[in-house]
Parts: sequence; structure tokens; C-alpha cells
Amino acid sequence: MHPSHLTAALLKLLAASLLLISFAMLSRRRTQRLITLFAWQGAVLFMSTLLVAHSAGLRELYYSAALTLLLKVIALPWILHRLIHRLGAQWDSETLVNIPTTMLVGLGLVIFAFGLAHPISRMATTITRNTIGIALAIIFLAFLMMITRRKAVTQVIGFLAMENGLFFAATSATYGMPMVIELGIALDLLVGFFILGIFFFQIREQFDSLDLSNMEALKED
Amino acid sequence: MSLVEGTSQSVVAFSKHDLSFLLMLVFGWVILGIAGLVRPHRVGWIARILFPLGALIALGIAGLGTLALFSGHAPQIFLLPLGLPNLPFHARLDTLSGFFLLLLGMAGAGISTFAAGYFRSGEGTAPGLLCLQYHVFLASMALVILADDAYFFMVAWETMALSSYFLVTAQHRIPEIRRAGFLYLLMAHIGALCILLSFGVLQGGRWLFTFDAMRGASLTSFWASAAFLLALIGFGAKAGLVPLHIWLPEAHPAAPSPVSALMSGLMLKTAVYGVLRITFDLLHIRYWWWGVLVLGVGLFSALFGAIFAAVQTDMKRLLAYSSIENIGLIFTGIGLAILFEACHLPLFAALALTAALIHSLNHSLFKSLLFLATGSVLHATHQRSLGKLGGLIRRMPWVAALALIGTLAIAGLPPLNGFVSEWLLLQSFLFTPQIPHAFLNMLIPLGAAVLALTAALAAYVMVKFYGVIFLGQHREPSLVHAHDADWLERMGLAWLSLGCIAIGVLPQLALRAAGAVTQTLLGQTVNLASPFWWIAPITSRQSSYSGLILLAGIIGVVGITFVVVRILAHGRMRRAVPWDCGYPWQTSRMQDTAEGFGQPIRHIFGPFFDMERELPFPTDAAPRYRIHIEDRMWKALYLPIARGVQQLADWIGQLQGGRLSTYLLYSFLTLIVLLGFVL
Repeated sequence: MHPSHLTAALLKLLAASLLLISFAMLSRRRTQRLITLFAWQGAVLFMSTLLVAHSAGLRELYYSAALTLLLKVIALPWILHRLIHRLGAQWDSETLVNIPTTMLVGLGLVIFAFGLAHPISRMATTITRNTIGIALAIIFLAFLMMITRRKAVTQVIGFLAMENGLFFAATSATYGMPMVIELGIALDLLVGFFILGIFFFQIREQFDSLDLSNMEALKED
Repeated sequence: MSLVEGTSQSVVAFSKHDLSFLLMLVFGWVILGIAGLVRPHRVGWIARILFPLGALIALGIAGLGTLALFSGHAPQIFLLPLGLPNLPFHARLDTLSGFFLLLLGMAGAGISTFAAGYFRSGEGTAPGLLCLQYHVFLASMALVILADDAYFFMVAWETMALSSYFLVTAQHRIPEIRRAGFLYLLMAHIGALCILLSFGVLQGGRWLFTFDAMRGASLTSFWASAAFLLALIGFGAKAGLVPLHIWLPEAHPAAPSPVSALMSGLMLKTAVYGVLRITFDLLHIRYWWWGVLVLGVGLFSALFGAIFAAVQTDMKRLLAYSSIENIGLIFTGIGLAILFEACHLPLFAALALTAALIHSLNHSLFKSLLFLATGSVLHATHQRSLGKLGGLIRRMPWVAALALIGTLAIAGLPPLNGFVSEWLLLQSFLFTPQIPHAFLNMLIPLGAAVLALTAALAAYVMVKFYGVIFLGQHREPSLVHAHDADWLERMGLAWLSLGCIAIGVLPQLALRAAGAVTQTLLGQTVNLASPFWWIAPITSRQSSYSGLILLAGIIGVVGITFVVVRILAHGRMRRAVPWDCGYPWQTSRMQDTAEGFGQPIRHIFGPFFDMERELPFPTDAAPRYRIHIEDRMWKALYLPIARGVQQLADWIGQLQGGRLSTYLLYSFLTLIVLLGFVL
């Protein structure tokens, strides 16, 4: 088998596992499991970026991959773990609305994403172009996860997963964004994450729980 | 760019010195306003220097407006180095703008002189800020009149609305005033939207927004009617035509008196200007039913205003309703002019339009005069309610004498100016039988009857206004301390009353000024060929009037009577308590009140009002009589709209449930739908 074919096949495999992990995240109840899955998603993302960097011979993408590894596989999951320990939320689980229905909606979103990506992937020239649909699907699924969750921590994980999807979309459509933007996004992510971490404590102080449904009381009549 | 080049050629062809000088004067107003901010609390600087300078500028503008009326030049065009790239501001000075600038300058000079004596610190907004808002208001009105493209017009129009809003809410700590200001701003914006839409129709698909291009646009009858109706609604909301008048009786009393005078005397006239500009200048076709519509709305507004003015007990509210009446009369004239023009009777159209124009000028003089007089009364007594005034003629002789001139003028009595325009309006009604529509021929004489009724009611209202404030006994003991207006205020009042007398005695002057406008708009003037003390608008053998001869007659008769009584007869003079009526003793509570004076009107026109009465019982220890009169329009038209908007808002408000996941769902669905368009 030709090396580029092999790379393409490997990329498809990785993309498929990303999608699988997204579905898995959609159905997990335990916060801790979710963090593990998020770390796995980051790891697969790291590998796929590395593969693209290797096959396209782009030095910048190596840096992106390194950044992904540092931030999304090591730093953020570690901080998240510590955070839920501190909050005493590691064994939290939440009741989800009807997992099969959520899955079916997610399936519909994947089909929609593929339909949407079809014209784009025809225009793209990258070897990863077939995976744009998957990237979009990951974004949608992460969004769906945010909608169905009630706890503050899981919302943030959904948000981070969405960013993963965006990153993957960027790599597969145009071999990643310019380094400056990528660095900027990484920094935003970190800062946003710290702010959200502070909010967790504030929310818990206010409502004695991280359940966001308490925030309905904030609405003015 | 083609737009700019197209007009720049014509710019060269005209002498543009008058117009550029005019624009410099207008910006002089703005500079005066900014100068007021330098020392915002120094009343001496603002009142004694800036406001009198503003009055001088107003005189200059009136002078240049007159020049534009009588010079006979072609319209002057000027491109202002302002506005957006490729979309410059166009200014144009023709006879119509000249006439309204004359009106603005004449009344503005008097009001600014009065304001120099009126504004003082400690009444809401700081004087420096008031000075800025006041002069920006004046300048924006002048620019509305000078604007020659829709963009410039709307910018000036909105500046006018905003600056006047801030002036109305000068005493913004009082909740009713804030409420009145909000209502005014709301109506002003609804009106401005309609005007904007009207311009959108007028450009006729060519997307050129200069008035020059709109004159050339060919509209189908449907779109021309749409443009006309939108303009009528938009300008009608500003002018206070019924049923768009509701802001007027709230905003005028809320504003400081010079501002009420500016709004009622001048700002309402910019709406008249706008209707004339669009109907007679920009639109090249006119249908008879437009005229009938304007005529009907005008007559109804006139009658409505007069009836409501008769039952008011707040002196400024009374004047505000009287403004509605007068605007109604002006629109009656415009409606007749459109009707005659559409029926190809240009002479009669010119007569009706002349009546409308002269009445605009007159109203700007006498209504400003009366609003300013109420300002002096307000400062002297701190009372606005008619029930607490009375007998001020002896405490404030100057204001009383000058207000009497305004009162007689607005009541339509000869030899003052109000008579001239109402007479001209009645004259134009007399020619309606020449209209080639049998049905209209039968209906329009009824309009003349309504007009006569309105004029009589207006006189009745003015008797009430003057009698209750200035005659009789003081209704409150504190009125003994009322002081007369200061010299600047007197000068302002005297200037305006001089205008009332001048147009009344020498109506030929006003007729010539209006004639220049009708010549431009209709290509026809009324008969101007008579000596300066005489007017005979149709022919010299038919209905004519001379204010001067009448004045001479009045002076003669009064003089002879005086001589006969004082010298030939006994010549004794006896001073007695006013309205004594032969009773042995009399208190101020025994004289006729504002409520009592309006009672017959309230009785006759009962169905017009939404009344709430509280009558005392004979056994009450402290009898109290209270009456509250509301406008039926408010309940019938505005409250349902307000409720509908509220319901819609509540319904939309349900979107905001407070659940975070719902909000996420909204953005998610929006994203999906938008992406669906890409698909």
C-alpha cells in the first residue's frame, strides 16, 4: 500500500474514533468518565494532527500538535480532575433526558453535517478533506451535549469538546489555522477555563450545588 | 458620483451668496449653543449675551428669507461639505423655503429675546445646556426648511425631534414630564418613519434621493398616493392632526414656555412645510380625493381642538389644544388648495394656499406670543391652573396688554392678523361650488359651516383664557405679589404683537409674500394689484378688505365715544370691584371659573369627551367639585395599540425562560437553520 493511502486510511480511522468518542460523551453520566473521554478525544486529535503534519510536511502543524498534547491531553483534564476533587463533585452523575432520543438526534445531526460538508470537501485540496463532515458533526454533538446537560462542569466539558471539533475542522479543511490565531485560541481557552473555574465556586456558594437549573431563579419577571 | 457632478453644474449657474450666508447664520446658532457650554451656569453670559445674539441671527434669517421671496431669482443650490462620502448634503433656497424662513426668523427673534429674560438657573437643566439644545433646535428647523435631499432632510428632522425632546424634558425630575417627553419622542419617531418611507416611495426606483431627482421621478397613481398618504401621516404626527395629536397637549405644557412657543409656533410649521414641499413640489400629480381627505382631517382637527380648548383648566394645555385647532385650519386651506388644483382651478387654489400660508405665519406670531405670556404669568405666580389665577391685569399691565393683542388676533377679530387668514379661508370656501363634482358641491358648504363654528368657538376659548387669567379678582391671595415681566421679556412680547398688528393692518404685505410662494408652486397668484392698504384677492370688485381703514374706523369710533363720555357728558369716573354685579359683598370664589365658563361647551359637545365627575352633596362639610376630562381617542385608539404591543412583548418574553439549556438550544437551532441555507 502506498504511504499516502496508508496515511489517509489512518486519518479516517482516527476521525471515526473522534466521532465515536463524541457519541460516547453524549451518553456518559459520570463527570469523571466524561473528563477521561475528553482527554482521549484530545489524544486522538493530537495523533491526527501529527499525522497530517507528517504527510503534508508542515512544521507549524507539529507545534499545533504539541500544543494540543500539552493543553488538551495533559493540562485541562488534570485541572478538571483537581477541580472536581476540590468541589467534591467527582462522583456526581446527572440524570439525562432519554439517552436513545439524544442519540437519534445526534445521528440526524451527523447526517446533516455530512450533507453540509459535501460541497466544502469538494473544494478543499487537503488529504484530510473527507473528514470535514466528521469535524462538523463533532461540533454539533458537543453543542447537543451542552444543551442536554445541567451541571456546570459538564457544560464546560461540552464547550471544550466543541473547541476540539473546531480545531479538527481547521486542520482537515486547510491544514490548520495560522500559528498566531492558534496560539490566541489556546490562550483564550485557558483564560476562559480559569474564569469558568472561578464561577464554579461562586455558583456553588450561591446555590449549594452546581446544578444550573437553579439559575432559573435569577430571571426577572 | 454622477449625482454630485450632475448638480454641481447647476450650482455654477446660480448666484449662491444668499444661501451660503444663510447657512453661515444657521451655523452661527450652533456656535452660540456651544458657547453656552463654556460657562453653563453663568446666567448673565447666556441670557444677556447669547440669547440676544441668537435673536439677531433670527432677524438676519428672516431678512434673507424675505429676500429670497421677492428677489425673483431662480432657486439657489448649495452643496454642503458635510454628510457621507458620495452622499453630500444639498441645500436649496426657493420661495417656499424663503417664506418659512421668514416665519422662523420673525417668530424666532421674538422668542429668543423673551427667552433671554426668561431662562434662569435652578429650573431643571443647566442654562448652558438649555442654550445648546435651544439653538440646535432652531438651527435644525432652519435646515429642515433648506434641505434639498431626503438624507439631509431626515438628519435635520431627527435632530429637531431630539433637541426638542431634551428641551421638553428640561425638568426631568418630574415623572409626568418624563412621561410626556416619552410620548412625544414615540410619536415623533412614528412620524419620522412614515416620512422616511414616503421618501423611499418618492425616489421611484431610481435610488437617487435628491429632491431634484424626486421631481423627475414618474410615479404611478398608486405609488403617488402611497407617498402622499405616508407623508400626510408622518407630517401629521408632527403637526398634531387628529388622531395623531395626543402628544401635543402633554408635551406643550411640560416644556418651558419659550420652548412651548418654539414648538407650537415654529416646529408645527415645519410639518406644514413638509406637506407643501412633497405635495406641491415633489409630486407632480394630485388627485381631488387627497384634497378632500386633507380637508376633512383639517376641519375635524380644528373643531376638535377648539372644543377641547374650551374645557381645559390648565392655561398651557388650553393653548396646546388651540394649536391643534389652528393647525386644523391650516390643513383645511391646504386641502382646499389640493382640491382646486386637481380640478384645474388655479386661482382658487392660490387663494386657499395663500390662506393656509398666511395662517401659518399668523399662528407662529400669536401663538408664540400667548405661550410666552403664560411663561411670564407662570414665573410671576407659579400657577398654571386657571382656577388659581385672576385679576393679573393690575399686577402685570405690560403682559396683560400685549397678551390682549395676541388674544384678539387668535380670536380672529379685525383689524388683527387672525382675521385676515380666516377671512381668506372662508373666501376660498365660497368658491367651492365651481368644483365639477356634484356630490362635493353639496358637502363642502358644510365644511364652511364647521369652519365658522370653529372660529366662533376659538373666540369663546380666548375670552375664557384672557378673562380668567387677567380679569376679575385674584383667586389666590398670593397673586398680590405677582410682578410684571422684565424688559427683555416685554421686548419679545412687543415684537410679536407688532407682527400681529402689522399683518392685520397691512395684509397686502403677507399676501405678496404668500403670492411669491403660490407663483412657484401653482404658477398662479391671487390678485395682488391693489394699493398697500387694501386686499381684494379675487378681483377688485369682489370681496375686499382693508385693515387700515377698519383700524382708522375703530380709533375714530372709540375716540368719539371717549370724547363724548368724558367731556360732553358728566365725565365722572368710579372705580369698583370687578364683576361686582351689585351684590353687597363679593369674594373671589363667587366669580366665574374656568370650569364654569367651559360648562356649556362641555354640555353641548358631551359625546366628544370622556368625563369623570365628582359632585358635592348639599350636606358635605367641605364640598368638593372635581371633573376630569379625557380624550376619547386615547381609549379608543391608543390604549388598544399599547395593549397589543404589550401582549406581543409578553408573548415574545416567554422566550426568555431563564433556563440555560433553552438558550443554548436557541443558538443551536439558529446555527442549524442558517447552515441549512448554505446547504
